[in-house]
Amino acid sequence: MPESLERASRWSDAVRWDTIVGALLIVVLLLSFGTVDGFGNALNLSFLIGNTLPIALIALPMTLLVVSGEIDLSVASTAGLSGAVMGYLWNQGMTIEVIIPICLVLGVVCGLINGLLVTRLGLPSLAVTIGTLAAYRGIAQIVLGSDAVTDFPTQYLDFAAGRIGDTFVPQAFVPFLVLLVIAVIVLHATAFGRATFAIGASEEAARFAGIRVKRQKLILFTVTGLMASLTGIFWALHYASARYDNATGLELSVIAAVLLGGIDFDGGKGTLGGAIAGVFLLGALQNVMSLQDVSAQSQIVVTGVLLVLSVLGPRVAKQIAVARAQRLTS
Amino acid sequence: MTHPSDAGPAPVLALKDISKSFGAVRALRDVSLELFPGEVHALAGENGAGKSTLIKTLAGVHRPDAGQVLLDGEPVVFHGPGDARDAGIAVIYQEPTLFPDLSIAENIFMGRQPRKALGRIDHKATHAATAALMQRLGVELDPDRPARGLSIADQQIVEIAKALSFEARVLIMDEPTAALTGSEVARLFGVVRTLREQGAAVLFISHRLEEIFQICRRVTTLRDGAWISSELLDGMTEDDLVRRMVGRDLDELYPKQDVEAGDVALSVRRLTREGVFTDVSFDVRRGEIVGLAGLVGAGRTEVARAVFGIDRWDAGEVELDGKKLTNGAPSVAMASGLALVPEDRRAQGLVMDMSIERNIGLTGLRTTVKAGLMDRGAERSRSLDWAVKLQVKYARIADTVNTLSGGNQQKVVLAKWLATGPKVLIVDEPTRGIDVGTKAEVHRLLSELAADGVAVLMISSDLPEILGMADRVLVMHEGRLTAEIPRSEATEESVMAAATGRAAA
Repeated sequence: MPESLERASRWSDAVRWDTIVGALLIVVLLLSFGTVDGFGNALNLSFLIGNTLPIALIALPMTLLVVSGEIDLSVASTAGLSGAVMGYLWNQGMTIEVIIPICLVLGVVCGLINGLLVTRLGLPSLAVTIGTLAAYRGIAQIVLGSDAVTDFPTQYLDFAAGRIGDTFVPQAFVPFLVLLVIAVIVLHATAFGRATFAIGASEEAARFAGIRVKRQKLILFTVTGLMASLTGIFWALHYASARYDNATGLELSVIAAVLLGGIDFDGGKGTLGGAIAGVFLLGALQNVMSLQDVSAQSQIVVTGVLLVLSVLGPRVAKQIAVARAQRLTS
Repeated sequence: MTHPSDAGPAPVLALKDISKSFGAVRALRDVSLELFPGEVHALAGENGAGKSTLIKTLAGVHRPDAGQVLLDGEPVVFHGPGDARDAGIAVIYQEPTLFPDLSIAENIFMGRQPRKALGRIDHKATHAATAALMQRLGVELDPDRPARGLSIADQQIVEIAKALSFEARVLIMDEPTAALTGSEVARLFGVVRTLREQGAAVLFISHRLEEIFQICRRVTTLRDGAWISSELLDGMTEDDLVRRMVGRDLDELYPKQDVEAGDVALSVRRLTREGVFTDVSFDVRRGEIVGLAGLVGAGRTEVARAVFGIDRWDAGEVELDGKKLTNGAPSVAMASGLALVPEDRRAQGLVMDMSIERNIGLTGLRTTVKAGLMDRGAERSRSLDWAVKLQVKYARIADTVNTLSGGNQQKVVLAKWLATGPKVLIVDEPTRGIDVGTKAEVHRLLSELAADGVAVLMISSDLPEILGMADRVLVMHEGRLTAEIPRSEATEESVMAAATGRAAA
């Protein structure tokens, strides 16, 4: 490798996309504190984190899934279905302590269905999960109709919406941190994570190295379903409303955030740190837009544009690095 | 062995002193060839002799570095496949690519259908033109039939008809019979004879020697990219032809040690994968290097894949040290002590975007673990150890493997598998596309491994490599083991004979 090329690759090693996103997050936060009225108060900050938590929770398994070269677009529908079943069973008079495990099992089943369709039938996950996106949401509507269930036990509602003492930090942020640590360890420090990267970078080479590709993908889809249903439960309690259309469109935010955080859509590249920085960058931008009275529709446009930019960004950055290196050599 | 200066018709197409290099590889060196109208001409040579490059040069895919292409005696330069086609040169590949949902007629006239007023396609005229082509070839195929579901033989006929519709005068047929049954071959030869009588020149490539003698008048032989001979087949024997195709001296490129063979380590019993290979049985003993020879497509790689568990087998069994392996489970094979260095190192052997360290580490995901977490220190020292042992040339162990040369990449693949301490090592084309120096290193390594008691199964299309390294040579032909030849009796002729299905030993 010519020296200048090596220098460029070292340069790009040091200034990685996920670092850029992390820095960008800090810049956006500092600017918002300084220039946006009402951003810095404790209530708004707790709103910001609380509203971003559903995205962040699903982003954890989604990061691993995208690193392995797959995707799950049905997560928001799984979350909605989970909330709808929770509301339905609550109306039937079951206790919440029984309902929550049932909903989590339901999430596992939803994920398992996606995983089996992808691994056993060899279907592309993009197509499979567009299908289950519609199917799971449809079932949610059949289960709960147009009802809204709001009368969940107060201690659960309080936990999901409450803050730690006098701080702006939501109570639910603590379990999220625990899950984040687990996810970071799994992806970046275990053999499972190493195999996930290998599968995403070259599924065939992974198979020839004795990695059980199908089993690994099935596990990832199943965990994604589980986390999506957990998010659905949190959503219904946090907003004190279980409706069939809960979390509609959330998959767009999750995937936009994950890609924004530098997870390569083609698999095999990225870090969880970057993905979570992407999640909170997106969350902060949405919060600021709300404070500035930007309409919800316009916010979706911004999310969509960010999605495109985040796929484009790392490639352009790489091309610039390569072009620089070539200019240096010539 | 000189060019016959045939009195009579002038060559329709000729190559004069063509050379072509790819980087440091000289694929063709001063190759000459003359094709006469009404002649079927064979192109013979081992894998890698330069046949494909020659075909692609004729078809306008490659431009020669030196030499001339003469069409009707006039020098021409093809800037692309389109130029060659306009000059009347058509290539029929082993596996044609038709549009499955279009009819035969639509496939033949794709993009240039006869038109009616307002640019509408004239289906009647298309149909009639196709029927006329089929009649010319003496074949009955309904022009309106969709291409989907046609046998490969019929698809080739469609490609030939398409070539004729372009007024092709030179037809190049690249191993057209490889996927055909006996009766399909007979019908194809009928078509070829018809074309010959109509004055076309046909360049015919086949690994089946008997076919060459059956249909061709002259043969041009290539070896290592160099022209060896062009001569009439009349009066030649198959052995003569084989000797021209191979024939090389062995030297210290093959540092084979004599090792006493030990117990059976790998035992393959009546292994069958339907339509791919049938009833394959063999043993490999500790300390032995067993060569697995055969032509490309004979099923050697497929057997290796099934043994390792990448593909499932339909019948039979595989035992490693007396323990049965699970069908379709590479992880089990690996844990039992089997290693496979696959034929395609870029797609199968390595994760190209991963570092040298992590590529070698991929086979240690079960072992370099402490308390459930990757033991990065152990992983690094394991990878470094083996990279150094195999003298991989790299800048940093954390560099991605795509920064390495082909030979060094192959060493990383070997390192990755040797690090598992295998009892049985299967290597598939272990030295393909790597330089001679590294090749000798790989051979020395295989020899040392055998001396240490590893059972080695070496698949190779490089005959001298097989003869130079193997204690025993297994030969496959069309999905079956056709011969087992001890080192003392293995010659290029005897192996080629079994590989081309001439003599079932």
